[in-house]
Amino acid sequence: MNDRHREAYREEAAELLVELEVALLELERQPEDTELVGRVFRALHTIKGSGAMFGFDAIVNFTHHLETVFDGVRQGRIAVTPALTGVTLEARDHIQTLVGSPLAGGGVTESGARILDRLRTITSSVPCADSQPNEGVCEPAVTSEASSYRIRFDPAPDILLNGSNPILLLSELGGLGDLSLMAHVDRIPQLEKIDLEKCYLHWDAVLTTAAGGNAIRDVFIFVEDQASIVIEPAGAASAVQPPRIGELMVARGDVSPDRLEAALLEKQHLERQRHGKHEAAATLRVPAAKLDNLVNIVGELVTVQARLSAFALGCGDPEAASIAEEVERLSELLRENTMSIRMLPIGETFGRLRRLVRDLSSDLGKPAELVTEGNDTELDKTVIEQLSDPLVHLIRNAVDHGLESPQRRLELGKPATGKIRLSASHEGAFVLVRVADDGAGLNRQAIRARAVERGLITAGTALTDQEIDGLILAPGFSTADQVTEISGRGVGMDVVKGGIDALRGSLTVNSRPGAGAEFTLKIPLTLAIIDGLLVEAGGERFVVPLSNVSECIELLHGPQSGAGRQSLVTVRGDLVPYIALRERFSLAGDRPPIEQVIIADTRDGKFGLAVDHVIGGHHTVVKKLGNLYRQIEEVSGATILGDGGIALILDVDKLVAGAVRNS
Amino acid sequence: MSKTVMTVDDSASVRQMISFTLRGAGYEVIEAVDGIDALGRLKGAVHLVITDLNMPRMDGIELIRNIRAHSTYKYLPVIMLTTESHDASKQAGKAAGATGWIVKPFNTQQLLAVLKKVLG
Repeated sequence: MNDRHREAYREEAAELLVELEVALLELERQPEDTELVGRVFRALHTIKGSGAMFGFDAIVNFTHHLETVFDGVRQGRIAVTPALTGVTLEARDHIQTLVGSPLAGGGVTESGARILDRLRTITSSVPCADSQPNEGVCEPAVTSEASSYRIRFDPAPDILLNGSNPILLLSELGGLGDLSLMAHVDRIPQLEKIDLEKCYLHWDAVLTTAAGGNAIRDVFIFVEDQASIVIEPAGAASAVQPPRIGELMVARGDVSPDRLEAALLEKQHLERQRHGKHEAAATLRVPAAKLDNLVNIVGELVTVQARLSAFALGCGDPEAASIAEEVERLSELLRENTMSIRMLPIGETFGRLRRLVRDLSSDLGKPAELVTEGNDTELDKTVIEQLSDPLVHLIRNAVDHGLESPQRRLELGKPATGKIRLSASHEGAFVLVRVADDGAGLNRQAIRARAVERGLITAGTALTDQEIDGLILAPGFSTADQVTEISGRGVGMDVVKGGIDALRGSLTVNSRPGAGAEFTLKIPLTLAIIDGLLVEAGGERFVVPLSNVSECIELLHGPQSGAGRQSLVTVRGDLVPYIALRERFSLAGDRPPIEQVIIADTRDGKFGLAVDHVIGGHHTVVKKLGNLYRQIEEVSGATILGDGGIALILDVDKLVAGAVRNS
Repeated sequence: MSKTVMTVDDSASVRQMISFTLRGAGYEVIEAVDGIDALGRLKGAVHLVITDLNMPRMDGIELIRNIRAHSTYKYLPVIMLTTESHDASKQAGKAAGATGWIVKPFNTQQLLAVLKKVLG
């Protein structure tokens, strides 16, 4: 407070003291004049009030007592007597002295105390000195530790009428710390009933702040009387139990929906807070067995959830249906999260292969280096484990058969050291793993000759380069002119292909003569739970892996023909062969007049599977069939359905391959 | 756009202190010496009124009632200046429709904090 203001106060106080004197003298003559009492009071009030603002504590402390007395006079508790006016005039003179003297401490001086003593004896109602509270509105009570508060701000509808703006209060609240806010709109009436001057909203908030509860209270200090304001520490026992149980409680009417929303808001807020706090703890090592167990349990959960959904749908209760929907959403999240936990980067497997390449190149006298790409591409743990063997095989082949000898390489103008490129990348729900070498590429003539020799093709068969290259993947094919220690025992690519098939993946080869060969493995991200299409045929249900399905069409057909044999269906002008599942599995009953045909992408091209009808998408938890059924090629596993029934999971590639062989 | 605050007080020193503080903080300030004066000056853009309660001619309570009954300024935030010893007048002010209050004595920080609370 600068001197300019103090000087202004002194001048003003002098005026007020004159006014006080005039009023007191008149009051002495007309003790009953309340207007005069008011003038005296106002003068004292202003002297005190303004004095306090400019640091004239001595004046404030002294005048405070006079003001209290005259407040009593105003309210009729104290009578105006000549003695009172006399003392007050003396007091006025004392104030004048105080105003004129330099700023000093706030204590009442000796002469001042004597005046107050006399005043006290006259009125016997003057309270003890030093009752001069100095409460500020906005002094923040700062505590060091941030804590969370649950705040319910429920303003009266007419809060706007006194110029209060709830929005400003809420934004002020937001200024105190991290705020999660939820407005409840359930009290807003229909449009024609809305009174624009009323506030129909109330709010729940969770605030994390270091400012303390008093600071929060201060935010609402002006509206305390016009609003219900509840401020409680959050995170302790909440008024209502969060999510699912909460919904039941709402349904039972135990708790109002807005209370529940508030509890949820709080939960989310606190989770976010906790999350922020523990970001440092990045990773956690968990035994793989525990993870496998978790996946199994999630699998069970997905199954039970499917049952719940089916049941809720069947019983027609909308409440049950919405709970089932929620459970479905959550189990879906749980499934995705669990699956992502199982995901491991493929880089570790690549690392092990580096050693293999080194050993191979020294054994075979072919210098080779391994270049890896996409080491951080993630794959399901079990997929990675099963991928290891096929990769070892492919790399052996690449070094042994693919790369030329160093002399030959130099003759061809290639660097003596061969290069094996191992890369992984994502493609939709699949991971592509490529093994490429910069060797000679596939020798198509040798392959063709070998295939003829092995009886895989006849000498005159016309084949594209691609088809010839594909022959090396056929069972019992081996091209190595000499069987080496490392590879080429006649099982070669066949084994690789089997391993990839077991992963429901596919293997393709791309060769450029003289420049090298590239093998591409297309592997599904995960094995434990797959997305499938649930279909029905002859009262039995089957799951077709969605990765195989390209589209579904409807088939109207006339008189049946060629039972068990494949027929053709036109799909946008293309003829696509199809078989009826019902006939393939010898299921009882006739095919319905309108069938659904699932057009599947298989190794043998597009192929249709006619079913009675398509039920829909299904998160399929894959269960093995057990050793007894291992020889059944067409079925890769089974899954338990929502109603407790079982559906077989079709291995579409094998099913189609079988059908093609039979035709 | 800077906001306009009207300070209503019969004490010139308080008016001066409030004006000085608010102008320093970027507000426009209109000064009025009592309720009648304040109502007379209430036109155009006024965003907030800070009024003392004890004033000659028309006190703060009456001023607040008049503002709340005013067709244009009925939602105008009004801050009253009160003293601790007069909780009753605070209640009366609130009943009349005061938006908030500042307890005298106050310092500039407290004044600006209250303004921020009510004006945003």
